[in-house]
Amino acid sequence: MSTAAVARSPFRPARLITYALLLVVAAFYLLPIYVIAVTAFKSFIEVSHTTPWQLPSAPSLDAFGNAFTTLAPSFLNSVLLVVPATLLSALLGSLNGYVLSKWRFRGADLVFTLLLFGMFIPYQSILLPLVLVLQKIQLYGGIPGLVLTHVVYGIPITTLIFRNYYAAVPTEVIEAARIDGASVLGIYRHVLLPISMPGFVVVLIWQFTSIWNEFLFAVTLTLPDQWPITVALNGLAGSLLAHYEIQMAGALLTALPPLVIYIVLGRYFIRGLLAGALKG
Amino acid sequence: MAVAATRERPIRGRSLGSFSWDRFTPFFLIAPSIVLIAIFVYAFIGYTAFISTTKWYGIAPDYTSAGLTQYIDLFGLPRFQADVSNTIEFTILFLIACILLGFGSAVLLDQHVRGTIFFQNIYLFPLAISFVVTGTVWRWIFNPNFGINLLLDDIHLGFLKSPWLADTRTALYGLVIAAAWQMSGFCMAMFLAGLRAIPDELREAARVDGASEGRIFLRVILPLMRPITLSAIIILGHISLKIFDLVYVMTFGGPGYATDMPSLYMWVAVFRQNLYGRGAAIAMVLLIMVALLIVPYLVWSLRSEDER
Repeated sequence: MSTAAVARSPFRPARLITYALLLVVAAFYLLPIYVIAVTAFKSFIEVSHTTPWQLPSAPSLDAFGNAFTTLAPSFLNSVLLVVPATLLSALLGSLNGYVLSKWRFRGADLVFTLLLFGMFIPYQSILLPLVLVLQKIQLYGGIPGLVLTHVVYGIPITTLIFRNYYAAVPTEVIEAARIDGASVLGIYRHVLLPISMPGFVVVLIWQFTSIWNEFLFAVTLTLPDQWPITVALNGLAGSLLAHYEIQMAGALLTALPPLVIYIVLGRYFIRGLLAGALKG
Repeated sequence: MAVAATRERPIRGRSLGSFSWDRFTPFFLIAPSIVLIAIFVYAFIGYTAFISTTKWYGIAPDYTSAGLTQYIDLFGLPRFQADVSNTIEFTILFLIACILLGFGSAVLLDQHVRGTIFFQNIYLFPLAISFVVTGTVWRWIFNPNFGINLLLDDIHLGFLKSPWLADTRTALYGLVIAAAWQMSGFCMAMFLAGLRAIPDELREAARVDGASEGRIFLRVILPLMRPITLSAIIILGHISLKIFDLVYVMTFGGPGYATDMPSLYMWVAVFRQNLYGRGAAIAMVLLIMVALLIVPYLVWSLRSEDER
């Protein structure tokens, strides 16, 4: 159906059906948000009643207070994990993308393919050696080891996004700088880096979101006082079994940073998402 | 966005000027990443493969060779047999749900009605959220006594009530619904990009030829969606085979082994039961399943990049 066709007929029953269906689908996606909202604002007494789908009779912020007190240390752990891991892997990805798009050596395609494969493997296939090596180098159990892990396994996707981004920069620009006597690093710093902002935004958002949300490495490689927030949230369910209001408040707290990013910079988030599909 | 961004002709160090040490700078820039991936991906996979051929059981390493007995034992285990059939059933249902929901919403969003962006943002937001959050919330929704069952009664859909995660026959469906809730937006984004790339002239031409809207949809639009569907199947399929967080949080494999998966059993075998050799064997089986899906796709993607 073309735009022109819609413009010609301002009202059609087909559009009503379209809206109705759009709303039904939206209701499905928003259902968990409704559940979080109505449950997290209830008191423990009210949550224990069999009226979970009704709005809270006396909205209270107690659950958020409780969830925040319990999760604050792991929220901080997640921040200490995500910030360095995101910055480091973006920097590595940018350098790799530069080399693989502009200084292609013999075998560069093979190297790139072998790097890319690293982002599809099930991490179970490297988990046992990873634990043994981190134990050996005294990095098991804490955030620094987890930072290293996320930087390494972030290399493929960050390299992929930057390689595509830099591929669109005309080679003539690089050649001109070369003839003017710029070095390989000089070209990176003075020619590519200044125009890299959009690429960095995509990569930083993607890495921030993935690392914040990650669970397998976090639950395997950290001890309780170093837990990132996803592991701590799962822990709430065990320690506060019937306190659904605190669990839901905790879920919202865990989801908040990536959600804020999605709401503010959604466009860039979707670009990172589709980059992983290789063929868009 | 694709690997196949228009690629400019690359520069070769050789073509420019006389010998300089700067020629080696690109190599030094990329070397740390190559070394890290060589160790953390390839050497580690090799080590896992090696452990899977040993008898290692317990904390202290035991490198006594076991040949392929870990694998033979594994395929004889009822738990692992359940894992394989669960993971296949889950993947098929998950793919069907994501493709139908994703394609359906993409077609709806492509109708050029007002508010498209608003709905699109709602359909995509679950992708930004952790599987752990998704699992926590859906576990509550699927509580047989407090959750969705009460709502279904209220809106006169009581016949849809189910014990959900509490019953071995329905637990897997609960997982599929939660996973599709989270990931179907990915399908939608891919299909929508595909639908928007179809030039209006193509539909106009079909209309001029007297084709009905339904016929245009079946004969023109659907065939054009085939490559996107294949990409979606491979990407979501490999995510599905690896799914761990959601299972860990929602059911931890239960009740019984009704929702157990190789990804979870590997973790339990190694980190709960100290069955290192068995865990490594499960990891290798999982890796092979994923590689069978991904390697042809990688080759296909990178080859078609060269052809453009």
